[in-house]
Amino acid sequence: MSAGKITLDTLPSISGRRRNVDRAMRGLMWAAITIALIPLVLVVYYLIHKGVGQWKGSFFTTDPNGNFFGNHGGIRSALLGSLELIGIASAIAIPVGIGVALYLTEYGKDSAFANAVRYFVDVMTGVPSIVFGLFIYITLVISNVGGSSFAGWKGAVAVTLLMLPIVIRSAEVVLLLVPNSLREAALALGAPRWRVITRVVLPTSLSGLVTGSLLAIARGMGETAPLLFTVSYTMNLTGNPNTLMNSLPVQIYNDIHSPEAAVQARAWGAALTLVALVLILNLIARAFSRRSRMT
Amino acid sequence: MEASATTTAGGGRSALERSPLSRLPDQLTQWGLSALAVLLLLLIAYFFVRLIGKSELAFSHFGINFIFGNNWNPAAANGVGFFNALPLLVGTLVTSAIALLIGVPVAVATALFLTELCPRRARGPLGMLVDLLAAVPSVVYGLWGVFVLAPKLQGFEKWIANTFSFIPFIGGAADQVNASGNYFIAGLILAIMILPIVSAISREVLRTVPPEHKEAALALGATRWEMIRMAVLPYARPGVTGGAMLGLGRALGETIAVVLVIGDSDTLGKHIFDQGYTLAAVIANEFGEAANQPLHSSALFAAGLVLFVLTLIVNAVARWFVTRGTRGIRGAGTGGAMPGGAVAVGVEE
Repeated sequence: MSAGKITLDTLPSISGRRRNVDRAMRGLMWAAITIALIPLVLVVYYLIHKGVGQWKGSFFTTDPNGNFFGNHGGIRSALLGSLELIGIASAIAIPVGIGVALYLTEYGKDSAFANAVRYFVDVMTGVPSIVFGLFIYITLVISNVGGSSFAGWKGAVAVTLLMLPIVIRSAEVVLLLVPNSLREAALALGAPRWRVITRVVLPTSLSGLVTGSLLAIARGMGETAPLLFTVSYTMNLTGNPNTLMNSLPVQIYNDIHSPEAAVQARAWGAALTLVALVLILNLIARAFSRRSRMT
Repeated sequence: MEASATTTAGGGRSALERSPLSRLPDQLTQWGLSALAVLLLLLIAYFFVRLIGKSELAFSHFGINFIFGNNWNPAAANGVGFFNALPLLVGTLVTSAIALLIGVPVAVATALFLTELCPRRARGPLGMLVDLLAAVPSVVYGLWGVFVLAPKLQGFEKWIANTFSFIPFIGGAADQVNASGNYFIAGLILAIMILPIVSAISREVLRTVPPEHKEAALALGATRWEMIRMAVLPYARPGVTGGAMLGLGRALGETIAVVLVIGDSDTLGKHIFDQGYTLAAVIANEFGEAANQPLHSSALFAAGLVLFVLTLIVNAVARWFVTRGTRGIRGAGTGGAMPGGAVAVGVEE
């Protein structure tokens, strides 16, 4: 491995100063990885320490209520609202995202327009999530599109915009991995392009597409800023996406601002729930990506 | 396209060619997918134009002072408020600078460790743990920051303020360390949030350094660190710079984690332990009260526009660096290198 182990007598030994610098820099790198992991450990520790106690009885089965005294309620409406929002957002972002990625790899390729799309998708990746919230606020909320001002589906659209670039770029990378020989073989057998896409390209890259989509869902799930401007907040449980809805991130954000210790404690419980969901999605995604690498 | 190759010399249809009708689904797929891509571009352009339109009132009212004037006061005596965004802009830049100063060295060292030093078997799990830092939602970082980090770090901040009292903007204000939040805490949280992004891109770039360069350095008798300094870092510099700038783009626009630990003060802070505001934080906080005041809400949209343009510029430059970093690799014949920027996607969001 390291050069030091090959001790030929003819080689001059490394001077003390160089050896010490080498040791010091190695030590710094060890220190860096330790420092990098401290926040993760601490965040997870405090989430479990303060959050797990909240996961009891009615925490998942009652809605938050505005009571000043007594029981403050659980997070049912937030949890279900989050799932509904992310469901709507995924239903739009994943098909559209994979569609655009298919355009880039199967039709656009290296054309100027395809490169422009790539560039703007990259730009979208860098747009702060709060700006997406403002976009949707300006275009959908203040003009009362659909007869509602703040509404769940508008938040879902904002989250869609956030997820799209993630889905597109990860899908493009995966679609590019499909060997061209497979496409050519199918075309040579007389299959039309759309059949090549649906029968060869998509099935081959499926697990990679799932990975990218799951990571995008995990990312969209934890977003708070765009929801503040588009969905706003309500404590009530509602399934109607054309009204105010509750969601985990916004619930946490609001609970943090409460002066009530018990409500702040609920924020920890809700945060633990959110992080657990996101981490599970991440782990599933990684399992899929490992599978795609093996095949 | 391909079909034309099978057309006979006479211009008629060869036996191999499909009838126009059976080619229809193919054309539909192509048109549909292209339309999707066009629509995406139009949508971005439309949003941009609408945002400019909404912020016009603030810009026409305050002119260039909206950006360079130092007075943000929604409750000003004139009844409509006074909105010059310098305190917010400075807050955004200061917190991002702190984030880069703390986050980038650690992230690059982490990436070097994971590519050059770490035992092969531990690379995967350790790399995954670093990536997981990016999976924690920003509201959770904010929750942790405001209830755990900010109170626990107060003693440390006071110690720094005392010990380094000779450095301007840092010291001499131990008694003024703001407990409810300050630039430093916000920068520290941002450093944690950009660390996985910068680290992932750096790792991707470092992995593409040709092994021949490293082996050559080692064969000439370089120590491990000398090999990194002379062979790895020069080769990877553009890519790592690009990664750091993508981190900067993220830090500039982060909202929820920052708004909880910045202290929420409209006035410009005097030192890094003073409370302040950032562009994104002010939008999130004052958005509700501004809804019925045209000038205030327009000022918030304008703040969003400034933020948007700022991140656009930073990201465009970053992409240029990252593509330059990876193009060199493609030229070197490694082949199959990911298109620039794609490396970022898996973790970035």
